[in-house]
Amino acid sequence: MIDSTAAAPGAAIAVVRAPRGELTTWRLILRRPTFIAGALILAFWIICALFGNTIAPDNPLAQQLLATNNAPSHAHLFGTDQLGRDVLSRVIVGARSILTITPLATLIGVVVGTALGLVMGYLGGVVDIVVGRVVEAVLALPLVIVALLFVVALGPSAPVIIVVIGFIFAPLIARTVRSAVLVESQLDYLSSARLLGEKPAHIMFVEILPNVLPAVLVELTVRLGYAIFTVATLSFLGYGVQPPTPDWGADIAANYVVLGAGYWWETLFPALAIASLVIGVNLVTDSIEQVLAS
Amino acid sequence: MTSVDATTMPGPADAAGPALTVEHMEVTYRVRGRDRLALRDVSFRIGRNESYGLVGESGSGKSTVALALTRYLPRNGRVSAGSIRINGQDPLAMGTAALRGLRARTVSMVYQEPGRALNPSIRVGRQIAEVYEIAGLDRHSALERSEAMLRKVQISDPGRVMERYPHQLSGGMAQRAVIAMALAAEPSLLILDEPTTALDATVEAEVLDLVAALRAEFDTSVLFISHNLAVIAKMCDRVGVLYAGELVEEGIAREVFDQPRHPYTVGLLRCIPRRGQRKDHGRLDTIPGFLPQPGHSLTGCVFAPRCPIAEDRCRAAAPPAFVISPTRSSRCYLHEQASDLPRNTPADAALPARREAAVPVVRLRSLSKTFDSRGETLRALVGVNLTLEQGETLGLVGESGSGKTTLARALLGLVTPDEGSAVELDDQPLAADARHRPRQQLKALQIVFQNPDSALNRRHTVRYLISRPLTRLAGLSGARLRERLSDLVRSVRLEERHLALRPSQLSGGLKQRVAIARAFAGGPRIVVCDEPTSALDVSVQAAILNLLVDLQAKEQVTYLFISHDLGLVRYLSDRIAVLYLGRVMELGPAETVFAAPHHPYTEALLSAVPSLDGLRTERIRLTGEIPSAASPPSGCVFHTRCPRRLPTGICESDEPPLLEVAPGHLMSCHIPIDDLRTLQGDGGVP
Repeated sequence: MIDSTAAAPGAAIAVVRAPRGELTTWRLILRRPTFIAGALILAFWIICALFGNTIAPDNPLAQQLLATNNAPSHAHLFGTDQLGRDVLSRVIVGARSILTITPLATLIGVVVGTALGLVMGYLGGVVDIVVGRVVEAVLALPLVIVALLFVVALGPSAPVIIVVIGFIFAPLIARTVRSAVLVESQLDYLSSARLLGEKPAHIMFVEILPNVLPAVLVELTVRLGYAIFTVATLSFLGYGVQPPTPDWGADIAANYVVLGAGYWWETLFPALAIASLVIGVNLVTDSIEQVLAS
Repeated sequence: MTSVDATTMPGPADAAGPALTVEHMEVTYRVRGRDRLALRDVSFRIGRNESYGLVGESGSGKSTVALALTRYLPRNGRVSAGSIRINGQDPLAMGTAALRGLRARTVSMVYQEPGRALNPSIRVGRQIAEVYEIAGLDRHSALERSEAMLRKVQISDPGRVMERYPHQLSGGMAQRAVIAMALAAEPSLLILDEPTTALDATVEAEVLDLVAALRAEFDTSVLFISHNLAVIAKMCDRVGVLYAGELVEEGIAREVFDQPRHPYTVGLLRCIPRRGQRKDHGRLDTIPGFLPQPGHSLTGCVFAPRCPIAEDRCRAAAPPAFVISPTRSSRCYLHEQASDLPRNTPADAALPARREAAVPVVRLRSLSKTFDSRGETLRALVGVNLTLEQGETLGLVGESGSGKTTLARALLGLVTPDEGSAVELDDQPLAADARHRPRQQLKALQIVFQNPDSALNRRHTVRYLISRPLTRLAGLSGARLRERLSDLVRSVRLEERHLALRPSQLSGGLKQRVAIARAFAGGPRIVVCDEPTSALDVSVQAAILNLLVDLQAKEQVTYLFISHDLGLVRYLSDRIAVLYLGRVMELGPAETVFAAPHHPYTEALLSAVPSLDGLRTERIRLTGEIPSAASPPSGCVFHTRCPRRLPTGICESDEPPLLEVAPGHLMSCHIPIDDLRTLQGDGGVP
């Protein structure tokens, strides 16, 4: 029993203290293979989103009624869909909608959530109680159902999806930020700021915020992964980007009915695209989380 | 000190040989692909029944020694040279099973944090019994033996303690349980790594007494590791001084502390205020510079860069351990001159001329603070009346839980005191909450917190940290701000280059200087110093104390100095207030409070402090720990622990008033002052 704790003080001694500013943290992150792999995948899809129309071999909207449901071949690497459109081109150009909507939605969620979390954690009181209950309500329901409810009520369009997902994320992010703020609240630098007569807004955004940024950063990347799933699901259900604009979720929805007929490529490639994007984001998230935790 | 012979003849005096022999041990940590030496050429022996002290500042490698002995080094550490023999056995050559046997039967360790050494989800009794079960006893007799063991470590109600979980025990109680567990295996070597550092002085005294008594009873050899020289002086026969991974001096404890023969030991001892030393006796000496980083590539003596008498040969080649006498060695070419080491810091101190007419700056009137926690009412402060005078230092002492910090925070407006309490500045009442105080009042009252890591925002640069109060409180900007900033930086002895750094890039002492600069930025009139040096090493502490004294002389500020270290309080304070369970027990000029007659609680606090010169005759001991403020004892709140309680029963029934027993000297005790004088004799501190 005595033995079990013996290693604890040693660990602290073994760490040779080196000044660890942000620079070192970033260097450590950049050095991780998982980060490089994730970042490469992300970079690929970002290029597709930005220059999709130039890169794509065909016009993703051009229908070839004589070449519907063609299997992958030299002419169409990923085959063609029911309307004879080139699947590869649609996958490449389809990156744009998801890569526009999800980062913006996540950003709204993080900005609003962080502000709420700071207020909840530092000021406490009514805001804390009210938002706390809202978070519990949101957590109790599946994310997609809640999003669907609002999108149906407000009408499906990119801005609506962005705002709806952002506002659903906000309380969840607020909860994480709040707990990070509570840890900071124990520290004397907040008392010290109060003795300088600093206003609450200064204390929250200038004193506390920089210290909870690591938590916010992790939250940002985690939520981005969730947002991709949610947006793709909404599109699949027909409440996302409207046809004929190329979109992975919508394309899966349009083509999975012919899966039974053996036309697998029309569903598989957009699905792989979604999966690879989520994996890319998660690889980046993991490496950031691990470096910040160590 | 069981046997002087055993200590003067370190080595295989008896047939069994020494309990521990370490020869030329070197420990290396591999950090980021590079090997860094943490210990080099460390050799020492611990004889049978001997108590050996290892003393050094943080980073000197003390704990690494302990970990290496039992092969508990973290994965990146290894013993890269030398040999270890515990009871003649070599732990470095042992397989897993033999090593487990060694740890179970031959060596036991006790660490600083008892809370972390006990498994929080297992009852205390079971944890101790486990040691006996491993030794082969059945469950029933193991529990019986555990109970007996707990009784040995002076736990009065072992049955109840065994049924508890570790978190239900106080720190002192938990440490006793850990010691009981460590001794249960009847080890031949007991390693104590800062065993009392996390405890209050009164509890520390008890635990140290206990260790000394048990050592005699169990015939155990002890390796006692501590940063506290006085504790080592009290507990150990021989001592080794560790600096930057090297054993720089070794000898009989008494001799080493009386006549140190290595410049580092000399410097270290001069950093500590000796008994009775006060700030008007002159500055403390300091050790300039910093401990070299682990894995440094110094060719010469490790201490040479900080040594005032270093010569060329010191820098050219590392000195061997010179054997001065059979019991004494020093790793210094100049060991004969070490005791005449020139001072690093001139002794002359600019002191504020104390004014004859005391001008009160701050008045606390019947200050009370009640906390509600989980249905319990904690009375942290009860009707405290105190005055702070212009330019003085008021020392605030008491065990943890006595209300020192609450008092300081109420004064600053960081906690709101109860209705009916008043804090006055220049006879003007202050708003209870700092947020409602105008700038002039905020400016007047500032604080230096105990832990600069917590008090400085780690995301800001030093420049921002010091400029912000200049903007907020002094209302400066532009060129005037820059000018005042460099003044301030110079007066706390920081350098311009530090301004661009963040707190994590500074050492503990430098961080505390930044915190002091912040406190002084607005030109305060009262600065609360809440244990400002307790997180710092001895050599750094001296420099910070000198700085505080200098700043006080220059700025004429008033200090409220909170510390558990009575030596420091004595050194700095003009007046002293002794707090117990939120009540003032004694208040008066420092010399009066430290000299008999004093309040029995003050007497107990003073008795608890181990002293370097070992002259102190311990007169009284407190038993138990400070009662909970949720259910304070009736009558005099101190009666439950008071060794001088009156037999009449008045202590249990009536709370004694705080009366002036001599001009300026107030005391809250039923015992008449003349009786106290007789009881305590002239045993006060000279």
